[in-house]
Amino acid sequence: MTNPVTIEAPEGVPFIFFTREFDAPVEAVFRAHAEPELVRQWLGPNGYEMRIDEWDFTTHGGYRYTHREPEGAEWGFHGTFHTVRENEFAVQTFEFEGAPDLVAIETMRFEDLGDGRTRLVGHSTYPSVEARDAMVASGMDRGLSEGYERLDGLVAVAA
Amino acid sequence: MNAEPNADERLDRAFQALADPVRRRIIARLSRGPATVNDLAEPFEITKQAVSKHIQVLEHAGLVTRTRDAQRRPVHLDPAALEALTSWIDRYRLVHEQRYRTLDALLGTATDSDQEQER
Repeated sequence: MTNPVTIEAPEGVPFIFFTREFDAPVEAVFRAHAEPELVRQWLGPNGYEMRIDEWDFTTHGGYRYTHREPEGAEWGFHGTFHTVRENEFAVQTFEFEGAPDLVAIETMRFEDLGDGRTRLVGHSTYPSVEARDAMVASGMDRGLSEGYERLDGLVAVAA
Repeated sequence: MNAEPNADERLDRAFQALADPVRRRIIARLSRGPATVNDLAEPFEITKQAVSKHIQVLEHAGLVTRTRDAQRRPVHLDPAALEALTSWIDRYRLVHEQRYRTLDALLGTATDSDQEQER
């Protein structure tokens, strides 16, 4: 059971949109975001160890965690949970400590699709298009937009 | 001797090769199976020589290969090369995909144990 994630980072605006469905009830998807022991098991990238110093997934709560690479380098992230409504909605700040003061605001909607299925709809706002693009391009040596333009052409032709 | 292009150079060549609409159409045609230069030239109002030139560019970019099959020399698409391109573009999405697949697995086990508790 795999559902595709769709991510949009439109040209010229500092936003990222994403959507992902889960074959699990909304309560389970919410709980996987709320309980640090569950969060730790999925949020980290592959092969990284995630250490959670704080995770209070409630209105006015906050978090800090680090991802530790196998080579030993550590990357810290922190933010506050502005509003959290159970099984429904969360809005939080997100800051990568390697790029201090560049704070994104992220919203997540947990949509109950019925039949034990859930859709997660996310939206992140960065302080600038450059900060957004740097986030999207992290780990890449070139911007994505160029690649996407070329992919558009490929997809158009294959259609 | 270091004639083997590195990953970056391969990407450069591949993207440059795909910057041309004729070459993209050739790739699209080859995605349905191998074809000869004659087959490939048919839909275009350009000479066979020009189409051969386009195929050479795609070959140089590592996107297609040509086999010797008696007189016919069919052109084959190398799907792995094309996948390398799209996965480069797609890396950000793949990171999220991987993360959510892990969450899928986690939700699967959580749901199973919930059901066991209910029983």
